Amino acid sequence: MKLSAQTKVIALLFSVGLFAGCSTTGENMDDGGYDSDVAPIDQDQGSTVYGGSDQDGISSSSMTEEERMEVQQQAELEALREITTFYFDFDTSEIKPEARDVLMAHARYLSNNPGQNVRLEGHGDERGSKEYNLAIGERRANAVQRFLVVNGASRGQMETVSYGEEKPAVMGSSESAWAQNRRVELVFE
Amino acid sequence: MVFAAAALMLVAATSVQAELLIRITEGADSAIPVSVVPFSESGNMPAGDKLSSIVQADLAMSGEFRPLSPEKMLSLPSKRSDVYFRDWRMLGQRYVLVGELTRNGDRVQARYELFDVNREERILGETAAAPVSNIRSLAHHVSDKVYEAITGVPGAFSTKLAYVTLDRTSGQPRYRLQVSDIDGKRARVRLESKEPILSPAWSPDGKKLAYVSFESGKPAIFIHELNSGQRTKVADFPGLNSAPTWSSDGQSLLMTLSKDGNAEIYQMNLQSRKVTKLTNHWAIDTEAAWDSADDGVFFTSDRSGGPQIYYMAKPGAEPRRITFGSRYNARPRPDSKGDYVYYVHQRDGAFLIARTNLKNDEETVLTRTESDESPSVSPNGRMLIYATKQSGKSVLTVISADGGAAYSLPASEGDVRDPAWGPIVR
Repeated sequence: MKLSAQTKVIALLFSVGLFAGCSTTGENMDDGGYDSDVAPIDQDQGSTVYGGSDQDGISSSSMTEEERMEVQQQAELEALREITTFYFDFDTSEIKPEARDVLMAHARYLSNNPGQNVRLEGHGDERGSKEYNLAIGERRANAVQRFLVVNGASRGQMETVSYGEEKPAVMGSSESAWAQNRRVELVFE
Repeated sequence: MVFAAAALMLVAATSVQAELLIRITEGADSAIPVSVVPFSESGNMPAGDKLSSIVQADLAMSGEFRPLSPEKMLSLPSKRSDVYFRDWRMLGQRYVLVGELTRNGDRVQARYELFDVNREERILGETAAAPVSNIRSLAHHVSDKVYEAITGVPGAFSTKLAYVTLDRTSGQPRYRLQVSDIDGKRARVRLESKEPILSPAWSPDGKKLAYVSFESGKPAIFIHELNSGQRTKVADFPGLNSAPTWSSDGQSLLMTLSKDGNAEIYQMNLQSRKVTKLTNHWAIDTEAAWDSADDGVFFTSDRSGGPQIYYMAKPGAEPRRITFGSRYNARPRPDSKGDYVYYVHQRDGAFLIARTNLKNDEETVLTRTESDESPSVSPNGRMLIYATKQSGKSVLTVISADGGAAYSLPASEGDVRDPAWGPIVR
């Protein structure tokens, strides 16, 4: 059975654990129960990482597991924050489940950057009455604002405005155009 | 029997940049056959539409008349002694209008007479005059008198229209607030903006327009004096400032503000600029309009889950729901007699204009188009104008208030929307 390099490391770690009682931590692992083609590749800063002959899947950085996870999380949050438009069903201002993670990412960012301001622009599709659509657009923007506040942003960072049906993102009178126009846009200033 | 009314009617003359075109879409089956005989002329008349063709177009637009095309007339009388009633009876006509136009210096005089064909009786006769440059106003005056003589109701052909056009042809959107005659002619731009202009509303004396403008980046309410062009911003509270409508004494506006947390109806005294809150509910309350007696207020509210029309018998009273037949009813506009309230109504996915009879609560759908908005009733309660989509563009359509007939006024460029029918001004 050919083990992947990663598996060899795990196997090694387990075996280290088994012998923890009888050997000092760190350097001399020659008397563990590990595969002969595993050899130390990085001995800087007192930590030792073992690589297999093909070295895939093994990072040679000096980060802790925690730090690595934090970096990954930041990257994920940044990716989420690329999304700045949120869509709504007809005649509602209910935030969709798929929007929640993205909005949380924005809320966190706003909370960590109190100097950052954002304008929430609410819109409706063209159908029905213009003035009622102005009010619906405002209600959508307010719903997003409330969500952000509940999740850490401060009201002072946010301004809301409604354009009703006056500034469609997509021209046309199809279900698809309408769906793309029922939205709140985050405009960072 | 369906008449190809479109074939009989004239098409508007030249289209000038700021003017609307006129196009007839269909005539009502029950329309009264009437003949507007081209008036005889003495003296130089200006180029442009003839007075009789303007009268003919006005009567057709009401949906209540079916004017006979002059080519079909067997004779062209200009006074009673030349009228052979038998000829007109043969053509199925119920009324005949004849007249004479005389140029006197810089004025034009119209002497005209209206006859009931079956009774062979004159029911209207008058002489009226106007400056030569104002033949259109003279024509609309004649239309008003003819309409009143036959129906008993004052005509609304001398009233004005306000509306907004949107032109996207030069890359950047251009909104224009315009005022024109009822047939779209003599349109003049009153405000031009890169940001939306909405909800024009006429003051009862016809001298001012209130409207919503986004020129500052958010909606604010302005009052615009038409003669002087002077504008005053009257409402710029945080949040919405929208849906302005006038009280019949011209002293206050109803408006929608959300400064206290959500969209509610307020009344603003225009002298003091003080606002009084009229509704108090977490739902959206908007699009308020006074009833005919200025006692109660109609408005749109979604307090029962979706937008419906409500009525407060007096400001602050417990609102009573008026509409039940569909999940979306908005933008109430009562007529000036208290008979009906008109509104946007959703049915089977389409947005139409409907009206409810305020005496028996009966609801009738008036339109067959699909994306209708912004109904505005004529001051005599007999016609309705609204915005709808035609081939992807927004156009204005006039119908008779009971839903018969339709008369479209598309803009030569771009979209026309948000029509407001002006008052009868003596």
